[in-house]
Amino acid sequence: MKPENEMRAAFPSASANEGLARAVVAAFVAQADPTVAELADIKTAVSEAVTNCIVHAYRDTLGTVYITAKLWGDGTLQIKVRDKGCGIADVKRAMEPLFTTGGEERAGLGFAVMQSFMDRVQVRSKPGAGTTVTLQKKLARRPPNG
Amino acid sequence: MGIRLVLRGGTLTALLSGEIDHHTARILREEIDGAAAKARPDRLVLDFSGVQFMDSSGVGLIMGRYQWMKSLGGSVVLANLPERLEKIVSMAGLDKLAVEREVASREAGK
Repeated sequence: MKPENEMRAAFPSASANEGLARAVVAAFVAQADPTVAELADIKTAVSEAVTNCIVHAYRDTLGTVYITAKLWGDGTLQIKVRDKGCGIADVKRAMEPLFTTGGEERAGLGFAVMQSFMDRVQVRSKPGAGTTVTLQKKLARRPPNG
Repeated sequence: MGIRLVLRGGTLTALLSGEIDHHTARILREEIDGAAAKARPDRLVLDFSGVQFMDSSGVGLIMGRYQWMKSLGGSVVLANLPERLEKIVSMAGLDKLAVEREVASREAGK
């Protein structure tokens, strides 16, 4: 089925762009009239995925982070956060809560947050080629003026 | 993102505002640690009343300050956590740390 609307964004993996990524996705999602809680969940999940690109995928380098978002008529939202960074050798291990390679000030909760704040999280990664994180959430569609 | 540091007695209060993510957490950490290294407080109060957004980088910031204050024999208090942060705070198990409501900001305002 064709999405009702879609958008693409690309930006350098500078940490200042974490806020930009949240704002861009929030602006796209606004048309679906999400609840405050839904919007907070989506912004948090996107923030985690983009931070992973910046902290891990492009650890000692600057690369490009790609975001695509699609919205379907039934309220299904799909967001893909993609990088062409170092990739993840062991995705299962990377997704374990508290596992981190980011040093002591990283909580190791990025994927756990994405999983608990979204309905579905899929990670595809190839070492040396990059990672794509697909986040999906079904928004409760409220009747207009309801 | 903003921070205001208030030292009163042995308590250092950090009034945080705006969005806490990986980018801003680094700045907040430097500000808090710099002030705490100078003041050597018994208690560090992190006041979240003005925080609009926080992801797991904020969790790392809290855990880091908790470990650091513990190593100095002090404690950390999380004050005025808004409802919008409750989900991530409880997910990370931080609600088991000392949580205070509406105490710290009144103290700091004096």
